[in-house]
Parts: sequence; C-alpha cells; structure tokens
Amino acid sequence: MSALDQLMDVVLLSRLQFALTIMFHYLFPPLTIGLGVILVYLEGMFLRTGDPLYEGAARFWTKIFGLNFAMGVVTGIVMEFQFGTNWAVYSRFVGDVFGSALAAEGIFAFFLESGFLALLLFGWDRVGPRMHFFATVMVAIGGIFSSVWITVANSWQQTPAGSEIREHIVNGEVFLRAEIVDFWALVFNPSTVHRLIHVWLGAFILGAFFVMSISAWYLLHGRHRAFAERSFTGGLLLATVCSLAQLLSGDLQAKNVARHQPAKLAAMEGQYETQTHAPLYLFGSPDDQTGTVRYAIRIPGLLSWLLHGESAAEVPGLNDLEKTWGRPPVWLTFQSYHLMIWIGFLFIGSTLYASFLWWRGTLFDRRAVLWFFVFAVILAFVANEVGWVAAEVGRQPWIVYPTVVNGVVTGGLRTSDGVSESVEAGQVLGSIIMFGLIYLLLFFLWLMILNDKIQKGPDLPRRSTQHTHPFLEAATGLVDHTGSLTEEKGRAPEENG
Amino acid sequence: MDYNVLWFVLLGVLLAGYAILDGFDLGVGILHPVARTDEERRIVLNSIGPIWDGNEVWLVTFGGALFAAFPEAYATAFSGFYVAFMVVLFALIFRAVSIEFRGKMKSSRWRTTWDYAFFGSSLLASLVFGVAVGAAMDGVPLNQRGIFIGRFVDQLHMYPLLVGVMTAAMFTMHGAIYLFLKTEGAFQKRLETWMWRGFGCFLASYLLVTIMTLVKIPRATQNFQDHPWGWLLVFLNVLAIANIPRAIHQRRAVYAFVSSSATIAALVCLFGLALFPNLITSNPHPENSLTIYNAASSQKTLRIMAVIALLGMPFVLTYTGIVYWTFRGKVRLEHHSY
Repeated sequence: MSALDQLMDVVLLSRLQFALTIMFHYLFPPLTIGLGVILVYLEGMFLRTGDPLYEGAARFWTKIFGLNFAMGVVTGIVMEFQFGTNWAVYSRFVGDVFGSALAAEGIFAFFLESGFLALLLFGWDRVGPRMHFFATVMVAIGGIFSSVWITVANSWQQTPAGSEIREHIVNGEVFLRAEIVDFWALVFNPSTVHRLIHVWLGAFILGAFFVMSISAWYLLHGRHRAFAERSFTGGLLLATVCSLAQLLSGDLQAKNVARHQPAKLAAMEGQYETQTHAPLYLFGSPDDQTGTVRYAIRIPGLLSWLLHGESAAEVPGLNDLEKTWGRPPVWLTFQSYHLMIWIGFLFIGSTLYASFLWWRGTLFDRRAVLWFFVFAVILAFVANEVGWVAAEVGRQPWIVYPTVVNGVVTGGLRTSDGVSESVEAGQVLGSIIMFGLIYLLLFFLWLMILNDKIQKGPDLPRRSTQHTHPFLEAATGLVDHTGSLTEEKGRAPEENG
Repeated sequence: MDYNVLWFVLLGVLLAGYAILDGFDLGVGILHPVARTDEERRIVLNSIGPIWDGNEVWLVTFGGALFAAFPEAYATAFSGFYVAFMVVLFALIFRAVSIEFRGKMKSSRWRTTWDYAFFGSSLLASLVFGVAVGAAMDGVPLNQRGIFIGRFVDQLHMYPLLVGVMTAAMFTMHGAIYLFLKTEGAFQKRLETWMWRGFGCFLASYLLVTIMTLVKIPRATQNFQDHPWGWLLVFLNVLAIANIPRAIHQRRAVYAFVSSSATIAALVCLFGLALFPNLITSNPHPENSLTIYNAASSQKTLRIMAVIALLGMPFVLTYTGIVYWTFRGKVRLEHHSY
C-alpha cells in the first residue's frame, strides 16, 4: 500500500479532522472561562469601590473576551455537528448517554451564555451597572456550566459508569449501544470531578497568563501603567494559586488514571514492562520497537512512590496490559504528558519568583521577567492542548473505554469502529482542507484584531485615584467596607454613554 | 402522549424557534446589500448584533436534542448529508466572522469584503436549510439498518431546490419586516418596498411548493385523515400568510412580524405533521424509515431529558425575553456597536 493509500483512510482522516478542529476550538473556551472569572472580579470591584480604573479595565477585558468568545462559538458548532457527520457509528452507540450531556449543555449553558453575552458586550449604555455585573456573572457561570457538561460527557467516555450496554433493534437488525441506567452515577463517573477541576484550573491559569501577557507588554512599553500594574498583580495572584493547586490536582488525577485506565498511565509514563521500583522518566523518547525509553533521565522508584506511596510497589506495564486494554500510541502520549508537566513546573517556579519580586516591590522594574510573561501565555495554551492530547491519545485504541469485570473486557467501542458508514475518504479530505483554510484565516484575523485592540489599549480615566492593591486587600479581608453593594448605588457613576 | 411523541414535539418547538429567530436574522443578511452607505450597513448589522448568537443556539440545541433523543436519526442525517452539513458549517462560520470582524477595521475594502461574505453566507445557509427540509419531505434512500445509501447530489432535484428557494424568500420577507421595525427614515422607506418584494417571492414559491407537495408527495397528506385537526393548521397558515400584506398595508409592522412568525411556525408544524411518525423517511422502501420509535434513545433517557428540558425551558425563555427587551426599539449606533 502506498503512503497515499494509507492516508486515504476514513478513520485516519476523521481522526485528523477531529484533532484539527478540537485543538483549534480549545484555544478559546479555556481562555474565556479564565477571563470570565477575571471580569467578574473587576466589575465586582468597580461596584464595590467605584474606582473608575476598574471600570476601564473591565471594559477593556470585555472587548477581548468578546472576540475570544466569538471564536469559541464559531468553532464550537463544528464540534457538535462532527460527532454525527464523521462518527455516526459512535453517535449511535453513545447517543443515549453522551447526547444527553450535550443537550444539557445546550439548554443549561449555551442559552445562558449567549443571552447574557449580549448584555455584557452591548449593554453598557442600556442597563445599569449592577444589571451589567449580573450579566457578567451569568456569562462566567455559563462558561463553567458548559465545561461541566462537556467534561462529564468526555469523562464518561474515559471511565464509563451509570450506563449499560444493551440491545437495540432497528427494523429487525439488532445492535448494541450504551444506555443510561443511573443518571447521577453517569454524571459523577470515577473521573469527572478530578478532570473537571484540572480543566478549570487550566482555564484559570490560561486566563491569568493572558492578562499578564498583555499587561507586561504595556509595562515594558511604559503604557497604561496603573491599569497594567493592577491587571498584572491580579493575574499573578490567580496564576500562582492555580499553578500550585494544579500540581495537587494533577497528582490526584494521575492516581485516578492509574486505577481506571492503567494502559493510559503506562503510556504517559513510558512503562513498557511491569516492574516494582518503577522509575519516573523526567525526559526520554519511548521506542516501541525495543520497548524501552531512550535517552532517558530517570529517578528509580519514584513512579511507584508517587502512585502508591512506596517505592517498592508494582506498576503494571504495557506488556501485561496490552492484552486486555490495547496499546495506545506511546510516544505521543508520553511526550504531550511530559510537556504539560514541565510547563506546569515552569509556571509554579516563575509565578512564585514573580510573587517574591512583587513583594519586594521590584517586579515591575525587572524587564527580563516581564518579557518572560509576555510570551509565557503561549506555553499556557500549549499546556492546555497537550494535556488533552495525552488524555485523548492515551485513551486509544478506544473511543469509549471498556470496563473490565473479573479480567473480561466488556463494553467499549474501538475508535476504528466508530467512524461513519456512509462517508468516503475523499469527502473527509475535502472537509479537512476546508477547515484547514478557514481556521488559518480565522487565526490570522484573530491575531490581527487582538493586536489592534491591544494597540488601542484601554479607555481609562486620566489618573487613578487609588494606588493601593485592592486585589490583595479583598483577598485578605482588609478592604474598606464602607461602600457595600447596596449602599454603593448612589455613588456609582451614572452611565450615559 | 408517550415520551417519543413528546420529544418529537419538543424538537419541533426548537426547530420552529430556530426558524423564527434565526429566520429574520438570516433574512437581514440576505437584505444587507439593500443598505447603501456604511452607516446603513452598520444599522443592519447592529439590528441583529446582540441576538444572532443566541438565535443560533436554538440550532445547536436542536442538534444536541436530536442526538440525545433520536441518535439513529442524528447519525444517519449528519453522516448521510456530509457535504450539505459541511456547506452549512462553512456558511455559518463565515456569517459569524463577517458580523464580528467587519467593523474591526476602517478600510472600505475590508468592510466591502465582509459585506459580501455576510450576504452570501446568509443566502447559502437559508437555501441549504430549505433543501434539507425538502429532502426530508421527499425521503431519501435508506438501507434496512437505517443508513443513508444514496449520494447527496441525487437529492438535489426540483422539489428540495424549490423548498430551498421558498425558505430563502420567506426569510427575506421576515427579515425585511424585522429591519423595518428597527430602522427609520429613508432607509426604512426602501425596506418597505423589500417587504412587498419578499412577500411576493414567498407567495409565488409557497403556492408552487404546495402544489408540488400535493401532486408529488401523497404521504404528506395521509396524516390529515388520522388527525383532522391538521386542517386547522392549514387554515391558520393561510390566515397568517394573508395577514402579512394586510398588516404591511396598514403600516402595522409589529402585526406583520407576528404574522410572518406565525407563518413560519405553522409551516414547521405542517412539516412535522407530514413526517410523523417518521424522522427520516426512506424512499424507496418506506419500511426502512427511521421513526420516533426505532430511532429513539431508551425510555429512561427520554424521561431524564424531558426533566432537563422542563427545568431549562423557563430559563431559556426568560433570557431570550430579557435580551429582546433590553435591545428593543430602533437601532442606535453606540460606542460598542459593530
């Protein structure tokens, strides 16, 4: 078979298309979830203090938020259609379960988001500041709801629960599919909570690094100083806390993967052979041919210790797991997982160091540090993406993971069996080219307009009245409580455009 | 009424909601070239600016609900009409992009490019939606397992194309009435002409489609024998259509808008009644059709979904109400406008 023939395979092409469209889409949702939280904070502080600097900041980040949100919506519709267009057999198999989560996302999250987004973006001069704040909160909650349902759906694919494989008959033809037996067991399947927390923290980190990136750029160019210092400080606090929390969340999640998806864990950690005192590979290149990790730097016993609390514990390797669970592509899973972890550690180190400099009062004079944060947002995008690559590639060869009962594999659907029956390779190739071109165009437009907005900068009052750091005051409870939300009404500036 | 019928009705509600809301939205796009100056074009865009995204959510939720309630029909339709869905995605992406990005740059060449994209994608999406409805009325070849076994191009014959044209004309009329409500002065005067033109095109294509349906698709009227109340729908449909020119003539645009919304709703109901209990009709071999029973999820899931819909719907209607109320009245170009 020639290389071209191999490429013209519906399964491979559909997987490539899914990878392309989901990875492009996933640039935006975590960003809007993270920014949403920051918008809520900024507007809340504006209502509370009446400081126009907060209002200017909220308006500026709202514009950026709107652009990212539009990109998320546009690329998101593709995702919903694609289950049916390219993965029809999968859709028939999971519709009863997965479709419900997707429909719940539409009803509970999308309507909430899209409705209040209108008020958030266009309502500044139409509704009062408190209604506007309410809209901001609703949009942020909508984004979080959305992540809940889609993570539930994906987690069910990873660790199915609350469902049963049953026969279904269409015009006399019998086939198997998953059906809900316990809705709440499905929602809280073994991996939902761990993964959801991990997704949220990833989103908050991305939002925080995004704000820090633009703020650092302003600071380096001596523009909008008061605004940029305040934004950077808020972003830094969020990023520091979330980066540290992400370490804990990642640890819990890896243990959970080891319990429920051992083959995925073996691929992530490059464990070809079952062994006690399993080493943790810091770097390396897994080689399927020899079943070893080449060019490796390893710490003996650390993986066993991390997973089971003792370095003598046995960690199963792919050689034993393959028979039951199948073998995921090891190299890609290993590298994307390790890249995510290294970026995580880099973020912990850099945010702690920057916080230390901030405490010393010298952060905003350290140009090298600020330059680092201008570009670190790219790494935050990468970490979010490769984390999902590890999760999804590590799930292979299954599109819906099987359950093992007494050593017998039950349920589950192989990715190669999930593809549409009536779609031809040429059609998929055509749509890949179409999406590739459209997304390339969208990406450049996004960069161009983002750049345009950043160059224009925030619309701020000439001088800020306050030079304290209200973020920390709020966080530590030192804030001046003379103006509560209700008393603030009279003092908040009227909005007449 | 069992859960299967309930979900058929709920999908009808979502589809009607989408057709009414995104209908004027798409129609506004088709009418975009009627606006001549940059200011007029901005008014056109901003008339739907805050709401188009929410309107499209009806389609997304329709897709999600179809997936959940009738996964067989979702899988067969979406994979069978692969090319058509890719065209829809192409159109919807470009439409969203042109609405969002047109106002971001001052250059007139930039803006003109997105004006064309907005018009073209709105027209294309309207046509394809109509063709899809036409193809569903006509039926498509399915095998015994309920999988599409034809080619998409074979479905592009006279009847679906005509339904596509009717849909585009209907949305143009609907959009013209909406824009008329949202504008003032000379621009509004020009839109009045377009309300009449839109209505004329719709009426002509509607009559043709009706005749062709009666002649070509005998199955479409079978349900009227079992459900004679269906004639009431026909009557209401004709009444709503007749009301449109009357209301335009009396310059009661709100009334005209309600009438054209009712027309769309009645047509969606008639479409549902013609299909029932099929979701995808097999033609030939009607025994292979996917119905609301053999294509459905389990009863338990349909029940859970009904609870979700029941919980969610009041909220959805509230949000929609709040947004339309906030942005009521004539379009004002503000600092935050497109």
